[in-house]
Amino acid sequence: MLTGTELSASIDKLLVLRKEIVSAFIDTFVMLGISTTVAIVIGGLFGVFLFLSSDRQFLQNKTLYGVLGGITNFMRAFPFVILMIAMSPFTKAIVGTGIGPIAASLVLAIAGSFYFARLVEQNLREVPRGIIEATESMGARPFTIIKVLLNEARSGLVLSVTILCISLLSYSAAAGMIGGGGLGDLAIRYGYYRYQTEVMIFIVIVLSIMVISIQASGNWLANRLDKR
Amino acid sequence: MNDMIVLNDVTKSFLSDRSIKDKDGKPHWFTAVEPTSLTIKQGEIFGLMGYSGAGKSTLLRLINMLERPDSGQVVIDGTDLTTLSASELRIARHNIGMIFQQFNLMSNQTVFDNVAFNLKISGYPSRDIHKRVMDCLAIVDLTDRAGHYPAQLSGGQKQRVGIARAIAPSPKVLLADEPTSALDPATTRSLLTCLRDINEQLGVTIVIVTHEMSVIRRLCDRAALLHQGQLLEVADVRDGLIQATTPIGKGLVVED
Repeated sequence: MLTGTELSASIDKLLVLRKEIVSAFIDTFVMLGISTTVAIVIGGLFGVFLFLSSDRQFLQNKTLYGVLGGITNFMRAFPFVILMIAMSPFTKAIVGTGIGPIAASLVLAIAGSFYFARLVEQNLREVPRGIIEATESMGARPFTIIKVLLNEARSGLVLSVTILCISLLSYSAAAGMIGGGGLGDLAIRYGYYRYQTEVMIFIVIVLSIMVISIQASGNWLANRLDKR
Repeated sequence: MNDMIVLNDVTKSFLSDRSIKDKDGKPHWFTAVEPTSLTIKQGEIFGLMGYSGAGKSTLLRLINMLERPDSGQVVIDGTDLTTLSASELRIARHNIGMIFQQFNLMSNQTVFDNVAFNLKISGYPSRDIHKRVMDCLAIVDLTDRAGHYPAQLSGGQKQRVGIARAIAPSPKVLLADEPTSALDPATTRSLLTCLRDINEQLGVTIVIVTHEMSVIRRLCDRAALLHQGQLLEVADVRDGLIQATTPIGKGLVVED
């Protein structure tokens, strides 16, 4: 066990780094916020079209489903660190730079989008077919049917956003490779390369608390929204 | 009385499971509805009866074009639905309500919102929606459940919400696909009374699919007896008895 002196020495080391820790915390928040939001929008749209173009749905189209599914599989096959490198010309073109937290957010957003697309497709598949049929029989427009589908799947969708957000938090640790910063990067640089174990432990604890709170709020909200 | 529903030589086949092939190696087409013609009058309660696989549900779903017939016409209140565009068909469907064996209510919406939904999509004036929903819930005796979610209701109550939802835009036709098959006998009886009342009070034409002879005997004016995709005969229902004349039809009727 730690003695009192060792513990206070460890705390001192952390205090010295407080500026870095705070700025890493902000970077993580920025990366997570941007990438989750973008992934929900792009991945959500992609997932809805994946579902609607699949067998027995009202946009049923083998070619479209094949193309959308193929793109999704291809993008999901990339290891995240390789995707960061592969996307650098693209991120440069869009945000003007291939490095930094914003550039990293873009890569995270793309990786997250295709991950989320599959989760959305799966959630929509769980809505009983009869509900789509009943809505069609009432003479609803396709857009209305999509709204009904999303509303019926809403608690599963919230849990999927929770999973997405936690996965992106974990991916973001690798963002240090392109100067994205963030907590994971700080843990690697100080905790691993500089043998400051207390920094690593502290950051792992902070990340754990983040994961626990994201999951808990996701569960709470999904539960509240579920009237089934 | 006017003819409300006229089916003219409608047919429907489905592509079978991939493992079943015809002799020439091509995928097998399964005929669910052989050429069938049928006329149902305004205000009538008409049954479609037969064993499973007889094609009764498919025939019902041809009436609101949930299944598009391979050939033939589907004329509802003078309009041939097979000639309509997608948006015209949506409008025509506001005139044809439907209820289902599994109720198919939106589980994340309250009873009130489930009924209001159908009014919204059929373009009902929004300021009148509240009153209309409550009126329809009164017809099915569920006003006190307006704020509940479907999961909080019994099977019979769910089906009554289904009825309220279907009749809300005042359709001329109500299609019922095995509406009592998931319900116990007592609940079935009260639901049949509810359908009978709606037919008498609102004059809505009802087409009901069932495999239960007792449902036909208690509720219907006439019934089509179906067997393996073919219409055997249309039998009158008098004094609670189905007046079948064909041999297979008589066999069907005595089963119960």
